[in-house]
Amino acid sequence: MAEKKGWKELMRGGDLPPATALENKTGSWRSLRPVWDPSNCIHCMICVSYCPDMAIPITKSEEGVIGKNGRVYKGTIRLETNFDYCKGCGICAVECPTKCITMVREE
Amino acid sequence: MAKLKPLTGAQATAEAMRQINPDVVVAYPITPQTPIVEFFAQFVADGVVDTEMVPIESEHSALSAVVGASAAGARAMCATSSQGLALMWEIVAAAPGLRLPIVMPVVNRALSAPINIHCDHSDTMGTLTLGWVQIYSENAQEAYENMLLALRIAEHPNVLLPVMVMQDGFITSHGVEVVKVLEDEEVKKFISERKPDRYLLNVKNPYTVGPLALPDYYFEVKRQQEVAIYNAKDVYLEVGEELSKLTGNKYPLFEEYRTEDAEAVIVALSSTAGTAKDAVDEMREQGYKVGLIKPKLFRPFPYKEMRETLERFKVVGVLDRSIAFGAYAPVYSEIRNALYESDKKPKLQSYIYGLGGRDIFKTDIKKVFEELLSGNVDSQTQRYIGLRE
Ligand code: SF4
Ligand code: SF4
Repeated sequence: MAEKKGWKELMRGGDLPPATALENKTGSWRSLRPVWDPSNCIHCMICVSYCPDMAIPITKSEEGVIGKNGRVYKGTIRLETNFDYCKGCGICAVECPTKCITMVREE
Repeated sequence: MAKLKPLTGAQATAEAMRQINPDVVVAYPITPQTPIVEFFAQFVADGVVDTEMVPIESEHSALSAVVGASAAGARAMCATSSQGLALMWEIVAAAPGLRLPIVMPVVNRALSAPINIHCDHSDTMGTLTLGWVQIYSENAQEAYENMLLALRIAEHPNVLLPVMVMQDGFITSHGVEVVKVLEDEEVKKFISERKPDRYLLNVKNPYTVGPLALPDYYFEVKRQQEVAIYNAKDVYLEVGEELSKLTGNKYPLFEEYRTEDAEAVIVALSSTAGTAKDAVDEMREQGYKVGLIKPKLFRPFPYKEMRETLERFKVVGVLDRSIAFGAYAPVYSEIRNALYESDKKPKLQSYIYGLGGRDIFKTDIKKVFEELLSGNVDSQTQRYIGLRE
């Protein structure tokens, strides 16, 4: 982390510019780990929008990936969870409509 | 041209809100504040304002919704009293921390227990440390004008803090007076549009409001907030000058009434100052050199100006309409604090009066003046006006 700022340099009321959470890796908090089964994923992005830590990266894919029932999902797709940020809260597993995320104990 | 209208203090406040035409008003009724949101609801129903009115289930939610709307970029208001203010306390502290320019009229009422719906200042005096600018109003006219001042102070870039505008429950809120109301156009021009430098609904410039600040940053954020509330004093005077051109009235930090050559003065807030003015007039006719100091801007407290003024008198009686249990009363504490640096300290006496809406009469105030002039004062004790032994 850079040198800490004085009160005159801070944004008003301690507001922050976007994406400062990128500096704050919360992966070490995890005791449970989400295991994602891409073969059952429908790339609905529900897990992405519910994840409080933006730990689920997304990308655009022209060629697509194979998901549930062997269907090819094109456009915006989710990728493997980023374990630098995933704190293991399990929200994604609860919200996933196809139940393709399972929480397992970290070893 | 301003118009004369017969209005209660609550109506006068609602009238100011109608002219301000806020984007959002969140309403939860609580005596004696209720008529403010009732009158305003009528304006919404009649389509004379285009405010989004949100009836809500509690005061905690009311101020929470106002905080959300204000952070989103809206002009947002709610109004409260007593238990309502107490219930929203958590958010009362959050609003200045988030630096949101909310204006909230508060109709002063005693706090439970025992339950009492009448006026005293124990509700707002309990929030003095939370960071709101506080302005007290003597009558409906001041309640109206203070709303306009409050909005400009709150939204000033050097301040950006919430402001409470007080009036006395029932005495002011429900009593009808002739109020000089400005033209809608004049008010519109005076308040202009809110132009926040950042707001949550601006998707082009996203930012995080209300983040976590641990020991490494919390202190710095609070220091910023402290500077902002001190700035509110100059802004109050500056905006007051501007409003003065429209209303012809003055907006000093505190009003001095017949203090020119006074030997004894009393300090009293809000409607009691009106009663005290009559008492002063009558005593002046009898040759007593007495006067009144009426604090208007109570947070930030103008210590220096108050000290320089009070040094001129021999004896000062401070009337508090609330008790600080186990401590000197709130207004008295500030007056005492203001005088600590002075070499010419007047003698001081603290008086508690009017709790739970107990009336205070001219005769009571005259007795206070007689006591002050007799020199029978003790700055370390509290005396009580109208209390049965
Ligand atoms: S919620 Fe489940 S199905 Fe939807 S994208 Fe996430 S993992 Fe895939
Ligand atoms: S477990 Fe929690 S933090 Fe981790 S990916 Fe799922 S929602 Fe995000």
